[in-house]
Amino acid sequence: MNAPDSIKPPNKPAPLYAKRTAVFPKKTDGPFRRFKWAVMAVCLIIYWGTPWLRWDRGPFAPHQAVLVDLEHRRFYMFAIEIWPQEFYFVAGMLIMAGIGLFLVTSAVGRAWCGYACPQTVWTDLYQHVDRLIDGDRNAQTRLQNAPWGAAKTMQRLFKWTVYLGIAFCTGGAWIFYFADAPTLQRQFWTGTAAPVAYAATGILTFTTFWLGGFMREQVCIYMCPWPRIQTAMLDENSLTVTYKHWRGEPRGSLKEAKGAATPLGDCIDCHQCVAVCPTGIDIREGAQIGCITCALCIDACDKAMDSVGRPRGLIDYCTLIDADLEASGKPARPALKVLFRPRTIAYFAIWGGIGAALLFMLGARERLTISVARERNPEFVQLSGGAVRNAFTVNLRNMQDRPRALRITAENMRGAALYSDEMASGAAQRELAVTVPADSMRRVRLYVVVPAEQARPHAFTFVAQPTDSVGGAVRRETQFMAPEPEHHDDKHEESE
Amino acid sequence: MTDKKVLGLDRHKVIDQATGTAMVGHEWDGIEELDTPLPRWWLWTFYATIVFALGYVLLYPAIPMLHAASTGLLGWTSRGMLATEMAEEHDRHRALRAAIAATPIEALASNPGLQRAAIEGGHAAFKVNCVQCHGAGAAGGKGYPNLNDDDWLWGGDLDTIQQTLVNGIRHPGNDNTRISQMPAFGRDGILTAPQVQDVVSHVRALSRQEPARAAAARGALLFANNCAVCHGAGGEGNRAVGAPKLTDRIWLYGGDRASLTNTLVNAHGGVMPAWGGRLDAETIKMLAIYVHSLGGGEAAPVAATALVTGR
Repeated sequence: MNAPDSIKPPNKPAPLYAKRTAVFPKKTDGPFRRFKWAVMAVCLIIYWGTPWLRWDRGPFAPHQAVLVDLEHRRFYMFAIEIWPQEFYFVAGMLIMAGIGLFLVTSAVGRAWCGYACPQTVWTDLYQHVDRLIDGDRNAQTRLQNAPWGAAKTMQRLFKWTVYLGIAFCTGGAWIFYFADAPTLQRQFWTGTAAPVAYAATGILTFTTFWLGGFMREQVCIYMCPWPRIQTAMLDENSLTVTYKHWRGEPRGSLKEAKGAATPLGDCIDCHQCVAVCPTGIDIREGAQIGCITCALCIDACDKAMDSVGRPRGLIDYCTLIDADLEASGKPARPALKVLFRPRTIAYFAIWGGIGAALLFMLGARERLTISVARERNPEFVQLSGGAVRNAFTVNLRNMQDRPRALRITAENMRGAALYSDEMASGAAQRELAVTVPADSMRRVRLYVVVPAEQARPHAFTFVAQPTDSVGGAVRRETQFMAPEPEHHDDKHEESE
Repeated sequence: MTDKKVLGLDRHKVIDQATGTAMVGHEWDGIEELDTPLPRWWLWTFYATIVFALGYVLLYPAIPMLHAASTGLLGWTSRGMLATEMAEEHDRHRALRAAIAATPIEALASNPGLQRAAIEGGHAAFKVNCVQCHGAGAAGGKGYPNLNDDDWLWGGDLDTIQQTLVNGIRHPGNDNTRISQMPAFGRDGILTAPQVQDVVSHVRALSRQEPARAAAARGALLFANNCAVCHGAGGEGNRAVGAPKLTDRIWLYGGDRASLTNTLVNAHGGVMPAWGGRLDAETIKMLAIYVHSLGGGEAAPVAATALVTGR
């Protein structure tokens, strides 16, 4: 700043902060716009509808098809039920989602950003609200620049109320994924729901209202890390929305074209691509971080080209390689060749491999498990008659939607008798009957008593055999501890 | 031009052609930094964090003072929060404790849920009050009984354990405390040193640690005259006076010759506090249930001696 500059007067420093330039995208129509409508409808239906789907799981489990039951630590997804220790399924699905994004990005560029990202979907929704209430682009700009009066205030308040209504429906729907939806809705309106439900609704209502209603493209450009990652992931084979400058330049309106000495390009400089852009960029400046590849400019440009009788596709999805090919007059590569290349195939292989592994694990997982923790304080108990007792904490997990009656025995333990801490020691028997309630874990503190002559340290196995004769027994090996054989008695006898 | 840029001169004059943004003048291998202005709302976010921080500093303890931090307008403390949470937890258990208090101790086993709660509650109380002597696993030590085994000095049924807990053992000042006193046979000159050794031989023969020899035979007579009144003619013990059974494998002060000699010469009498005044009735009840559940609990009212031997 203090650099000496004797030749020219110091320049005015650039501003440190810039105000957001409001974006009023113009209404458009075309195949991509209709595709966006379809994606938005699917996304919103999935988001709002999923918690209300029912799924019959019998009398012992909730009947909500998709439910994240934080209170009971269960995650239900249709026929799949996940316990906390099986969270690797969720981790696996998240990894698949991540790799799926890589796959989609390398195949079709920023399709996530352009169509399916919630920020995009809700921004699109709010922009439709703007057009519905304030009118199209020009009317919105006029209203924006108009002085605040009663009419404008009323219109703005009305619009923000609609914003808030959408935001409330959005934030309020989120909580239904975490509890039985019909019950929670009743509780919500009668004021008896958990405070966290109201807090979550409030926070998400606010973020939707603020991010969808006001921040919009600022989220994509300044807040979201994903565009940065995607910038790094895009390569010369990735599809981007491309303005074909070799065809369009030099640009000029029809009037200018008439008076031009040399023929102008196809771009008639009608600014329709800029007018419809939801992030307010000019695609003709080339690929840029603000472009979410929603392709609305393609629709707008095609319409303009149709109206002046020029071929469509001045703005189109195109890769860098194909752009170079086309610019030098060669035909672009076939789409399939661009799509199937080592990178996308590798991503697909990883993605599919993880998916297959998850499916395999899903099919192979045990629905009844046993785990055993030896009591180590004390390691064993010497009983008065010479017998030795060990204590174990046996955890039986019944992950099925029905109670299981089990018979626990100690294999490889001659003369062993079992009883639990809820039983009298006199009731010890060779086997112990335990019922594990549906979809839950039962912890049993077990005592194993072994007669004096068998009391030596050795390995044995707990076997839990279902008595309903459906499914096999579960087993867990553990160790029985006993005092070392005593020798010091002999010494005393000799010393006497 | 390049020199000027490197020197930081004329920085605002260099305009990036593609974006129309001024450049800062920094260059790394041909990559140059644009002077893009931050979004204005970013600045407002920064101000908002300052406002939030101001409020936070006012409301919560934040500023270090000489002895403690500033108290904050809300008066929040981590200790206070703990106290609130403990009180809430206590309230949550109130109904359960009332149910345990209302149920006779022998009847708790017929209500598995309540019994389980009592065992867990007793376990928690045990960790606070009992582990100092009996150990975290209730395995005791020399002079401190192992509560896991099936050998009980005063009895191992629920009611007896509860009585022991309430009144203690040899607890001074409690009229109902369990009391007995073994004479110090050696120290007080009741038995001579050789006689003590004879009795030790007999006791070790009783518990089958030694074959019965001449010394044991001499000791048997001394035992009948001096010890049998409490420990029983066959050394089977007597729970009414807390006299241990001498025929089994369990020794509170050791069953070897040296330990037994020491016991006979000096006598032992362990003390356990009476918990009646210190803990509330439900806690004592839960403690009794917990100790009873450790594996050696006996049925009431008959004190069965032989439990499961596995034979």
